[in-house]
Amino acid sequence: MHELIITRSNHLIDPIFTPWGWEIPIYLFLGGLVAGMMIISGYFILSGRHQKKDCSCFVVPTVALALISIGMTALFLDLEHKLYVWRLYTTFQWTSPMSWGAWILLLVYPILTLNAILKIPENIAKKLPWLKNIGEKLSGRKFAVKVIGAMSMISGGILGMYTGVLLSTLVARPAWNSSMLWILFLVSGLSAAAAFIHLFAKREDERRLLAKADNGFLIAELMIVALIIIGFLTSSEVQNAAAMLFINGPYAAVFWVFVVGLGMVVPLFIQLFAVNDKIQHTPIAPIMVMVGGLILRFVIVSAGQYSGWFTGTFTTP
Amino acid sequence: MARYGMVIDTKKCVGCQDCVVACKTENQVPHGYSRDWLAYETIGKFPKLNMEIRTERCNHCDNPPCVYCCPTGASHISDGGIVLVEHDKCIGCKACVASCPYDARFVHPEGYVSKCTFCEHRVKEGKDPACVSVCPTHCMYFGDFDDPESEVSKLLQERKYHAIIPEAGTKPHIYYLT
Repeated sequence: MHELIITRSNHLIDPIFTPWGWEIPIYLFLGGLVAGMMIISGYFILSGRHQKKDCSCFVVPTVALALISIGMTALFLDLEHKLYVWRLYTTFQWTSPMSWGAWILLLVYPILTLNAILKIPENIAKKLPWLKNIGEKLSGRKFAVKVIGAMSMISGGILGMYTGVLLSTLVARPAWNSSMLWILFLVSGLSAAAAFIHLFAKREDERRLLAKADNGFLIAELMIVALIIIGFLTSSEVQNAAAMLFINGPYAAVFWVFVVGLGMVVPLFIQLFAVNDKIQHTPIAPIMVMVGGLILRFVIVSAGQYSGWFTGTFTTP
Repeated sequence: MARYGMVIDTKKCVGCQDCVVACKTENQVPHGYSRDWLAYETIGKFPKLNMEIRTERCNHCDNPPCVYCCPTGASHISDGGIVLVEHDKCIGCKACVASCPYDARFVHPEGYVSKCTFCEHRVKEGKDPACVSVCPTHCMYFGDFDDPESEVSKLLQERKYHAIIPEAGTKPHIYYLT
């Protein structure tokens, strides 16, 4: 036997480690989704698609601004010392991914705003003619438009990566401690964003392109998931135990059924049929992808908190 | 420059929890929280069982992940290698709580993160931390590891010892004599 009795009093840790609740996975999902939306929107601008009628790249940034604000509200709600939140912007701690994230989010807002005003909707343009003027001046300069597109892609990429790095650097939680987590979150964010834009894209060619891209993202995601689990299984004892959480432990059912099965494999097949004209494009697959991405964040955040150096010792015989 | 740490003799510790009570009293730790605690670890197969009783707290690591992940610099390494939290800088993001492999940190009811400080206010006055000063079996030793003549340095030279999960790479500064 190997038994450890601890007399500590800490409601966030004993009996189960749960300092982070629903706020963090919601924030990570929305952060990843917005990152993906910025990359796709930036790509549409750089590839010249923005010149086509009804290009979704002008709607995406406005929606992304709303989504990232909801995400940041969730992050704020998670803080225990809320009135001191301004402290994030009095310093830059280069070893802290959270400090990087705070400054990256500050970079994301102006870029999304610039992208949004390139072509603002008519109803807003009537109320705010000065904004329309700025947008028209900007969109009249090809170089400025290209710069905004490139900045959107770069900052989106950094935002998407950071959401994974935030967790993977926390060495105390073996289930997060994978150097591939940032790739998973970035690709998952791209996949969710492609699915989300697919839902409201007006142009048929955009929907087709996004469905094809999402298929690529889903295949990449499945490979990354496999590599992360293999990485854990070939690593130390505590990371073996972390892998078992997903393979046959308490997170196995939700992970394989809702994240991998209904969130990746089934929508992949639906979209493969759709892009090969076997069936019509349906909103079901994108919705499944997005819900799967959300559940993935909940599973990863929860499993990471469940895993630890002490629990790792005891779940392995 | 001193490098403070603790040595705890598990052969003497009886698990009386005097150290826990002393800490709560000295540092006015709120009800329902603790900066230090007792761990009773039993290994083996009956009747050949080995039990270790030890008092645990923040390990004031040399390579502290809690300090590195803090986004505001609230968690920092103070004089003598003591890891502290500056309450007015802490936003309560709990990244440090998640980063500590020893689960040594808690969120104070006032919102900031709190933990063992090695009773820095006492150390500055040349006293031992409260937990060390009250131990009835004298199983706890506090001192400067940079001084080869200190009691803690000599104990590590003379006795077998272990730290808690050193494989996490944090370089903890609390050692347990076995």
